Amino acid sequence: MARELIKGNEAIAEAAIRAGLHAYFGYPITPQTELLEWMSRRMPELGRAFVQAESELGAINMVYGAACAGARVMTSSSGPGVSLMMEGISYIVGTEVPAVLVDVMRGGPGLGNISPAQSDYNQIVHGGGHGDYNLIVLAPSSVQEAIDLTVECFDLAEKYRTMAVLLLDGSLGQMMEPAELPPMMPVRETFPAWAATGAVGRKPNILSSIHLNPPDQEVTNLHMLQRWQTVEANEVRVKEYYMEDARFVVVGYGSAGRVALSAVRAARAEGIPVGLLRPISLNPFPSNMISKLADRVEAFLVTEMSTGQMLEDVRLAVAHRRPVEFYGRVGGIVPFPDEILEEIRRLAKGPLTLEGHPRNRWLARMTGAN
Amino acid sequence: MATIEPMLEEIVYSRPESLTDAATHYCPGCTHGVAHRLIAEVIDEMGLREKMIGVASVGCSVFAYNYLNFDWVQAPHGRAPAMATGVKRVLPDKMVMTYQGDGDMASIGMGEIVHAAARGENITVFFLNNANYGMTGGQMAPTTLPGQKTTSSPTGRDVENAGFPIRASELLSTLDGSSYIVRRSLHDAKNIRLAKKAIRMAFETQLRGLGFSMIEMLSSCPTNWGVDPNQALAWVAEKMVPYYPLGDYKISEAVKQIRI
Repeated sequence: MARELIKGNEAIAEAAIRAGLHAYFGYPITPQTELLEWMSRRMPELGRAFVQAESELGAINMVYGAACAGARVMTSSSGPGVSLMMEGISYIVGTEVPAVLVDVMRGGPGLGNISPAQSDYNQIVHGGGHGDYNLIVLAPSSVQEAIDLTVECFDLAEKYRTMAVLLLDGSLGQMMEPAELPPMMPVRETFPAWAATGAVGRKPNILSSIHLNPPDQEVTNLHMLQRWQTVEANEVRVKEYYMEDARFVVVGYGSAGRVALSAVRAARAEGIPVGLLRPISLNPFPSNMISKLADRVEAFLVTEMSTGQMLEDVRLAVAHRRPVEFYGRVGGIVPFPDEILEEIRRLAKGPLTLEGHPRNRWLARMTGAN
Repeated sequence: MATIEPMLEEIVYSRPESLTDAATHYCPGCTHGVAHRLIAEVIDEMGLREKMIGVASVGCSVFAYNYLNFDWVQAPHGRAPAMATGVKRVLPDKMVMTYQGDGDMASIGMGEIVHAAARGENITVFFLNNANYGMTGGQMAPTTLPGQKTTSSPTGRDVENAGFPIRASELLSTLDGSSYIVRRSLHDAKNIRLAKKAIRMAFETQLRGLGFSMIEMLSSCPTNWGVDPNQALAWVAEKMVPYYPLGDYKISEAVKQIRI
């Protein structure tokens, strides 16, 4: 199939449809609304289910219902809407039914703005909903990767009976790039044996996240954690650039990682031995890989469009063995490659320290406080 | 010694297949059991058990799936109509019902129920109104009557402060998307029979794809009202029925044509 110029949000929608999406439920919010609009046109013409819900609460619970019926189902939103969905997300994971969420991040907190940001990392990767649970989180850095990972989200959600999230910032949702869409798959006509589809010739299936007896809940949570260990063992995904001989490593995901690649290339042209590690799976996080890197490289630079949310996961993996520095742009601002290049130069020049917190040093530089 | 011919025995009353043989957790005198039985009888009579998917809510009826013998999913508090929408849209040939209390449906779930009705979702909602939050121990609900004492309105519902009760059937019947909305009561045999007929009509509505159906059932809650079961049934008749008049609030033209 030929490459075509396509917008990120619409590419994700069409990729999901071609992955055999049975039902979409959503609510408008910038910067993901084109995804909903695409679905509103395409799903009915294919005879598939589309509902514009009354709220994100409504949307996520429609997803929950369709997921319990065993259908391939998804929703999409942005930070504030995803916050409203947290209740349903927790229930979906607690009931162990598969579903896909696309979060096209914008500036926050609060109403914030509609410009690109990466400040939903904590609410998606480290919970946000109640209870002990993990979501599979994949972060693309191009329209093509968004397409490929959308398809993968459905497969992973169903393989591990959990929710998989495609996490991207608003600029990826809005940008147009040449990309190739996957071939069309029909909607599955059979439903899993565990699904609530009508108890024909079998005992009733009851799908619930309730375990009133605490020992039962404990067993369930431990069982879900064991399954998560399987995810951690098998589903870590990263992309490495110029890493073979790198003495310095930039860590960035999504758009921040993509901008950092331009900076790394420029730094290489200057002779700085720097590489880029771009986590694609934010959960499971490539902790072991970063930990091993800490044995052989001199220092790390974490770059994000937040005040350093993934930063803490990198610091945990590095475990104070090497200096970690941080550079972020926040509130809806995308960094320029020159800004990150300057940080790489600073990293290579030194001196660096293991003392203090990189966020504090970055904040002091940003605000001219030192 | 006389012998009774087995031929002469006729079973006139038994447990519907749609009702499990579990002992319920409901309090003595609570009308949830009556509502469950009626729903199960109608499902059996219509042969719908293997097509039915229930959506349980949060509240005393949270364990409805232990008593009603078909497939169930369990919604977060108030979200049953949204979850039912998700099930029905991917399984349009199946039957989908929610079973919700007044706190669940008329308070935290008001957004979901209004929009499910407005969309004309082809589902059936059983709305059990007992004028308080039963599961959490009898707090004020949106349906609590003016002056009614609850654990969170200890001197009686003060409408100056807490506002007025919501009449959900009247409210939802104003929406063009609703097809069959009636209020019945479970406080005596006559009204229980009328409730059963309404359940049949609601399922017939859904079976024919005629859109949103809801039956409100006025129910007793002797434990939280602090009265005995008989007094509780009398309170339904004397206090609740005048505030929540029984009757048919919406019967669409298409539903009126249904002949059973």
